[in-house]
Amino acid sequence: MNFYGVRAIYQSEMARMLRTTLQSIASPVISTSLYFIVFGAAIGTRMTEVDGVSYGAFIIPGLIMLMLLNESISNASFGIYMPKFTGTIYEVLSAPVSPLEIVVGYVGAAATKSVLLGLLVLLTARLFVDYEIQHPLWMLGFLVLTAVTFSLFGFVIGVWADGFEKLQIIPLMIVTPLAFLGGSFYSITMLPPFWQTVTLFNPVVYLISGFRWSFYGAADVHIAVSLGMTLVFLSICLVLVWWIFRTGYKLKP
Amino acid sequence: MDNIIQVNELTKTYESGFQALKGVSLSIRRGEIFALLGPNGAGKTTLISIVCGLVNASSGSVLIDGHDNVRDYRKARSKIGLVPQELTNNMFDSVWSTLKLSRGLFGKPRNDALLEEILRELSLWDKRNDRIMDLSGGMKRRVLIAKALSHEPDVLFLDEPTAGVDVELRRDMWNTVRRLQQRGVTIILTTHYIEEAEEMADRIGVISQGELILIEGKDKLMQQLGTKQLSIQLQSPLEILPESLRSDALALSADGYALVYTFDAQCEQTGIAELLKKLDQAGIEVKDLHSSQSSLEDIFVNLVHERRDAKRAGGAQ
Repeated sequence: MNFYGVRAIYQSEMARMLRTTLQSIASPVISTSLYFIVFGAAIGTRMTEVDGVSYGAFIIPGLIMLMLLNESISNASFGIYMPKFTGTIYEVLSAPVSPLEIVVGYVGAAATKSVLLGLLVLLTARLFVDYEIQHPLWMLGFLVLTAVTFSLFGFVIGVWADGFEKLQIIPLMIVTPLAFLGGSFYSITMLPPFWQTVTLFNPVVYLISGFRWSFYGAADVHIAVSLGMTLVFLSICLVLVWWIFRTGYKLKP
Repeated sequence: MDNIIQVNELTKTYESGFQALKGVSLSIRRGEIFALLGPNGAGKTTLISIVCGLVNASSGSVLIDGHDNVRDYRKARSKIGLVPQELTNNMFDSVWSTLKLSRGLFGKPRNDALLEEILRELSLWDKRNDRIMDLSGGMKRRVLIAKALSHEPDVLFLDEPTAGVDVELRRDMWNTVRRLQQRGVTIILTTHYIEEAEEMADRIGVISQGELILIEGKDKLMQQLGTKQLSIQLQSPLEILPESLRSDALALSADGYALVYTFDAQCEQTGIAELLKKLDQAGIEVKDLHSSQSSLEDIFVNLVHERRDAKRAGGAQ
């Protein structure tokens, strides 16, 4: 085990985030806060409660998830895409670090940042909306699990992408729509029965539902199903990453 | 002989179908400076990339200090420092932090004193807190060398180290390379500048179209393959060569004051004595003589051409 190697990658990635505080920390916090102001403090008071929770509070878990998915993917994909793009990846690939260690370094740093951002946004939300967290440990668990899963997914995208457009296209065209339609702003029980069934094919539903359950004890699907699905996505991403290193896909000709 | 690197029957065919290496075998001796010469696209970088683990070989194996570079990659790679051909630096990093990253990646604990020593030796110490993007091209190249040295490698690969480097820096770099060799570091450099190999290397390998066509000690190579030229300065100019002296090997200079005789230095009969006798018979007075050896460049160009001609002839049959 090359502990120094993992630490070097992790620290260098964390330093990159600190170097770009404005873009990587302030920007997601501000944009998510805007939702809280508009839907929580302003419009929220005129809307009916959902599952016995005020609308402003109801959307918090969903919005945090939305931000978490986007940030995890963009951090991790950028983290591995840039060395590929500039060529500095040669050093990591020629170093005595195992694929697992490379992934732990890059994905660990991206996930750490996402979790920190999630907690930061949660604190910021408090300024605008009252909320409670019934199961804080579960909440933290879902936060970490989702951050890791989607950082892995971001890593895969970063390896796959061979241009900046490809880097953006999956977060923009797939993840954001899925997150918006996955119950960030509504409970899926508010949809007509047909669309409720369709929505169950949206993986983000399970993430948001589980996360919201840890806040308010109410969920669209059972917590065990949410946890199970999250673990399934995690496994899929792990298999993809394993396959990348196994075959050298786009990393080693 | 103690070999630090052993390359066995290495082949590489890229997905495009391009065959970059066609069964290369090579031993690098511990502590030597080995120059890998070849024209662009000959397979130099592919060979280095496979040894360093950046490219997967199609077949064959590489042992580094006895460790297989695929199965035992940790031990193998930790012995190698690579200075790539392109100036690939993380532009936003400072010099100091990029060195720390390099050292960490290779599994070495923090050692600020060593990093300072390396930076001072490469005249980068004053720039340690600068962002790499603010450095000049020559400094960026030195940062790459510093990174490779930061993890104390036993073998240092320099891929085209002096491409786009000015004369002074080139000299500095060679001094650094010599100091490293004195400390026991084995150095392998690729280049297509012959002077570089001629000046630095103990042994030279010539690679062309994916095949190692020659490996030889530098002196021996020059001795073996070099043709020599004998310049004969004349007392009075000649307008044309006398009939008795005409041959392919002898040429008259434009001003008529010199004769240039080309001969094979490895031949026992160089023909010099005979030539001088003939000059005497023809009544030509000689003022001065000096001989010069052909450079590696000439040897190299000859080798590559011979090879191509041979192939063409083979293909025609």
